[in-house]
Amino acid sequence: MKRTVWIYMAIVVLIFAVFLLSLQMGTMSIAPLDVWRTLMGDGTEQHTLVLFEFRLPRMVIALLVGAGLAVSGAILQSLSRNELADPGILGINAGAGLAVVLFIYFFQGSYTSLGETIFALPLFAFVGAITAAFLIYTLAWKKGVTPIRLVLVGIGLNAGFTAILIVFQLRMNPEDFMQATVWLNGDIWGTSWSHTLAVLPWMLLFIPLVIAQARTLNVMRLGDPSAVSLGVKVERNRRRLLILAVMLAGASVSVGGAISFLGLVAPHIARRLVGPRHQVMVPTAAMVGAFILLFADMVGRNLLSPSEIPVGIVVAVIGAPYFLYLLMKTP
Amino acid sequence: MVNKIPLTSKQVRAKPMVVIIMVVGMLLLVCASVISISLGAASITPAAVWQAIVDYDNSFTDHQIIREIRLPRVVGAVLIGSFLAVSGALMQGMTRNPLAEPSIIGITDGAALALAIMFAFFPAVSYTGSLFAAFIGAGAGTALVFLVGSLAKGGLTPAKLALAGVTIAAFLSAISSGIAIYFDVAQDLSFWFAGGLANIDWQRIQLMLPIVIIGMLIALWLARSITILSLGKDVAQGLGQRTGMVRTMGIIAVMLMTGAAVAVAGTIGFIGLVIPHITRALVGLDYRYIVPCSAILGSLLLVVADILARLVNAPYETPVGAITALVGVPFFLYLARREGRGI
Repeated sequence: MKRTVWIYMAIVVLIFAVFLLSLQMGTMSIAPLDVWRTLMGDGTEQHTLVLFEFRLPRMVIALLVGAGLAVSGAILQSLSRNELADPGILGINAGAGLAVVLFIYFFQGSYTSLGETIFALPLFAFVGAITAAFLIYTLAWKKGVTPIRLVLVGIGLNAGFTAILIVFQLRMNPEDFMQATVWLNGDIWGTSWSHTLAVLPWMLLFIPLVIAQARTLNVMRLGDPSAVSLGVKVERNRRRLLILAVMLAGASVSVGGAISFLGLVAPHIARRLVGPRHQVMVPTAAMVGAFILLFADMVGRNLLSPSEIPVGIVVAVIGAPYFLYLLMKTP
Repeated sequence: MVNKIPLTSKQVRAKPMVVIIMVVGMLLLVCASVISISLGAASITPAAVWQAIVDYDNSFTDHQIIREIRLPRVVGAVLIGSFLAVSGALMQGMTRNPLAEPSIIGITDGAALALAIMFAFFPAVSYTGSLFAAFIGAGAGTALVFLVGSLAKGGLTPAKLALAGVTIAAFLSAISSGIAIYFDVAQDLSFWFAGGLANIDWQRIQLMLPIVIIGMLIALWLARSITILSLGKDVAQGLGQRTGMVRTMGIIAVMLMTGAAVAVAGTIGFIGLVIPHITRALVGLDYRYIVPCSAILGSLLLVVADILARLVNAPYETPVGAITALVGVPFFLYLARREGRGI
């Protein structure tokens, strides 16, 4: 237990440090003292604009999206009892990706000129994600949903969505294609306070709900027969937890794009840090996810400044080696 | 994760089905190939196809089209379809995981990264050059997964192989996406990713031929051992099998065949995943039958998908990788629903 507290504190300190660092860095770097002054309310007009309108909302979104994807991945790995599960197996990335590609395809380049569609896009992505998840659950239903059938149907439908997506993507003109590629690689592009406010309530509501169900998750991970004999109403709990996972991942994907690797790796890292009990694993996964995404976003914005690297790419490049290290170290 | 393979009498079917698949599958394959050769921008009658093969006359344009463009394409589809299906069968047998497919051990993403580097830094490279680059990339990706897996504490378990494979695949594909976006070669790469048989000529077939012979011979030679290995490592070792050797040879065979397929035709999804399941449902669990039957069925699916790819949106070609998935998905969903945990 003491170890857990230390790990919590370490991650919080890391998040805080990266948060402060991230405030200073960007296309326009702001000295620490100026950051402080601006936060206190008497910075220059330019600093206030950059910090409050560009950087802060984006960083808050990175924290929220990272936590949401990680918790969603943790739920899905436990429910499907499959180490390779991530929000992608419920078709969330492919569904959202298809919706976005269709949207860009039918607006054929004109969408960059339409200011308000930038706000319609997250909504489209969210609807696509939810639709895909609903389809997969319905097709996997046959007097109940077994984990293995859910995974298999998820993989099948994912392949189908991806195939349709490729067909449409290849018929786009190059600029639209580029835009779609960047989105599909995961790119935080909901960067205004209105996006933040749209996502914040979901996370504040659903993540505590998941933590409250930690005991059910512990039991579900043992498999259906054990869960039933321990008195858990398996089917109903599974549906409730799946809905939570879909809501969290759908909201995350809608503003963060298809960041695929984070939902897979954050729960694994958390499990290797604090063990498999969901009471401590889920909060750890949330913090690990938030930290990785905040850090990756900072790197992505600054490494090749002024051009940006899609954050999903950075997540995989820095997350993979660390996870491989963990994989090799722990038996 | 690890799938129990049910050994009921119903599932261990004997030879009649194998003979049927061999004979009927071969006939269908020949028919599909003839249709594939006669369809196209210039329509050619099956009789002319026959004539062009047995009695080639240089002065007819039709004969030239058949010999130089359409025939290599069909032969390529047959070879690649069988490569992918057999590789998938070997992977599923070795890892005992129903979700295993050839690309999870870093082959595809290794090849993609090699190609991204070629497109970005050596845009003048010839087609054959990029072919070799992709093949080397495929081998390097596999070797990396294997290395990390075997350095792990506790050795190379199937679960660790899968996790290491997925992680390295994500890492490699992130780097190639980064290169693709930064150097503006994303669309070139994406055409390759979608898979296509349009560029196959006799030279590429010649390059693939030694690989098909070596890879298939290894696969057939291993078939009996894979059947035993698919019962579980403990059983296999109890029966006196050197599981490490079988697994290494199996991975080499998969790498040769999938590497060649990926290098020539890009990533053609789903054949490696779905055909072994279909074959297993038809002929049972003996890999001595699964290997040749899945080779035939894999060829058949790819030849048919290639015909559809040219017809759906003529005169443009639809990526054949998308068509194999669209044809395969409904059947796969049906199997997943029917078998439940059995697939």
